[in-house]
Amino acid sequence: MGFFLETLFGGLMVGMLYSLIAIGFVLIYKASGVFNFAQGAMVLFAALAMARFAEWFPLWFGFESKVLANVLAFLAAMAVMVVVAWLIERLALSKLVNQEGITLLMATLGIAYFLDGLGQTLFGNDIYKIDVGMPKEPLMVLQGTFQGGLLLSQEDLIAAAVSAALVVVLGIFFQKTATGRALRAVADDHQAAQSIGIPLNRIWVIVWSVAGFAALVAGIIWGSKLGVQFSLSLVALKALPVVILGGLTSIPGAIIGGLLIGVGEKLSEIYIGPMLGGGIEIWFAYVLALVFLLVRPQGLFGEKIIDRV
Amino acid sequence: MFYRENGQFKSTYRADQQIFPILQDRVAILALLAIAFVAVPLFAPDYWVRAILVPFLILSLAALGLNILVGYCGQISLGTGAFMAVGAYAAYNFQVRIEGMPLIVSLLLGGLCSTIIGVLFGIPSLRIKGLYLAVATLAAQFFVDWAFLRINWFTNNSSSGSVSVAGLNVFGVPIESPAAKYLLCLSFVVVFALMAKNLVRSAIGREWMAMRDMDVAASVIGIRPVYAKLTAFAVSSFIVGVAGALWGFIHLGAWEPAAFSIDRSFQLLFMVIIGGLGSIMGSFFGAAFIVLLPLFLNQLPGWLGFSISTALASHLEFMIFGALIVFFLIVEPHGLARLWSTGKEKLRLWPFPH
Repeated sequence: MGFFLETLFGGLMVGMLYSLIAIGFVLIYKASGVFNFAQGAMVLFAALAMARFAEWFPLWFGFESKVLANVLAFLAAMAVMVVVAWLIERLALSKLVNQEGITLLMATLGIAYFLDGLGQTLFGNDIYKIDVGMPKEPLMVLQGTFQGGLLLSQEDLIAAAVSAALVVVLGIFFQKTATGRALRAVADDHQAAQSIGIPLNRIWVIVWSVAGFAALVAGIIWGSKLGVQFSLSLVALKALPVVILGGLTSIPGAIIGGLLIGVGEKLSEIYIGPMLGGGIEIWFAYVLALVFLLVRPQGLFGEKIIDRV
Repeated sequence: MFYRENGQFKSTYRADQQIFPILQDRVAILALLAIAFVAVPLFAPDYWVRAILVPFLILSLAALGLNILVGYCGQISLGTGAFMAVGAYAAYNFQVRIEGMPLIVSLLLGGLCSTIIGVLFGIPSLRIKGLYLAVATLAAQFFVDWAFLRINWFTNNSSSGSVSVAGLNVFGVPIESPAAKYLLCLSFVVVFALMAKNLVRSAIGREWMAMRDMDVAASVIGIRPVYAKLTAFAVSSFIVGVAGALWGFIHLGAWEPAAFSIDRSFQLLFMVIIGGLGSIMGSFFGAAFIVLLPLFLNQLPGWLGFSISTALASHLEFMIFGALIVFFLIVEPHGLARLWSTGKEKLRLWPFPH
């Protein structure tokens, strides 16, 4: 039982990280109808920027404080992501307005490749550590209930708290601020939003910046757990089945989808995996999404937007 | 001046419907084939044939297959690598398990197995499209990668899915030298390209294109979506499967599932986009471009007199590919093939454009 719970918990944590990446997808899809393949590359790019700035700033400006370095690096990385968002809008998306979804999808694939290359050219291609001072020691809980207790990593708990906070912040941003209202208006109807004077281009820059922010948070958490490296960009592909499961247009869906996939992946690996030869984590999420597409294509919480032929 | 059709009158339907209606085109293509079949194997250096021409031919075959699906039928696929892998491993199994199996038959049977898997993963396309389909084909990619890595039966119980073939021959002729490999690939490519060209000119090709342009309208005029989409998946994955088998057998000789990873799928998709969506010719342009660009990028710093590290070169390659994809999608969505046909149009009027 203790082992089962530990696996479950581990799955929830991985799922939380998938959710963080998936939120970026959902944000952009909601506001511009673009299925952003580049979210993974944005996570990698943001994490690389963060890791390297935190390393460089103390050298450049001659201070020692780790906290200051991290704060400055976070701000700088955020600024970089805003610039990236602006450039993507200016150079690519604004030229592709009114194109088919499939064209935009391929364009974001191109953007993903470009960002992967650019990130590694600018920031280097080793494995970097992000050290934001997360505690590494594991925590023992419920020692009375089970024999041996339950081993939880504090890092994971903090990551979960940060993700939850991010969701709350995004929720408030979308529901309460004027910009958030404008974003929702654009998501509902581009033309109507434009006709009441909401500037589409600026909205898209904002959305991509917010997605960049989500990418940065996801990158920092992944990075401090596992180090920043190129494979991050591929892991982020897992966010695709997550959004399919949760529904493309729903932020709560992205969270729940992520958790389901994280848990399903870990549990199936341990309980079904040995029967099939192990390593089924690689495809479990995708095949689950495939089954879901056949049964309920709009996902758990998505709007019914799929047109059938 | 020389490239014009003045005086070439078509008096039969046959003449009107030729693939190359202009005499000069026919002459050029015959000359090209003659060079490819005779001059290249005789005179080209072995290194060129082995490292450039053979990969180019096989990848253009794969791009051709993908182009039928993406460019003609409008169904996006990110699982091309998987279908190549199915072709390669299935052909390997036929070759190893059945005594005295002719090489060509096992390559084609590999393609057939790939067809079955392709249709299987194409079934979701009946309910979903566009980006949803991208995820469905990604499932194919990861599942197939895993299957060949973990299920030992497929790989004849070799560890970690790495297999090799040796002593290949076609009709008793050993396929050992680069020239022989090249000729085998070239024959496959020519036959398949001709077949594909004729398919897309025929009724079924028009059904695919109608499906791509507007599926609702297509089904209203009586095109069955199930039939059109699944045949596109079938034909596409057959060609891709044969290309995969050739890639494993002829180009690599020994391979493991990583040879057909998701990077391969993206690479092929890029070839199709850069070369030209919905164009047989474009598949060749795209493949040539993507095979040659890395070689060119490696040489360029040397020519300019400075050197860059291999890591930087590979990152630059990523950036250039990414930028080119976006560039082509914005500026010329029909890719290099459209540039080529524009060039030909210009040439017909040259040197007196008015």
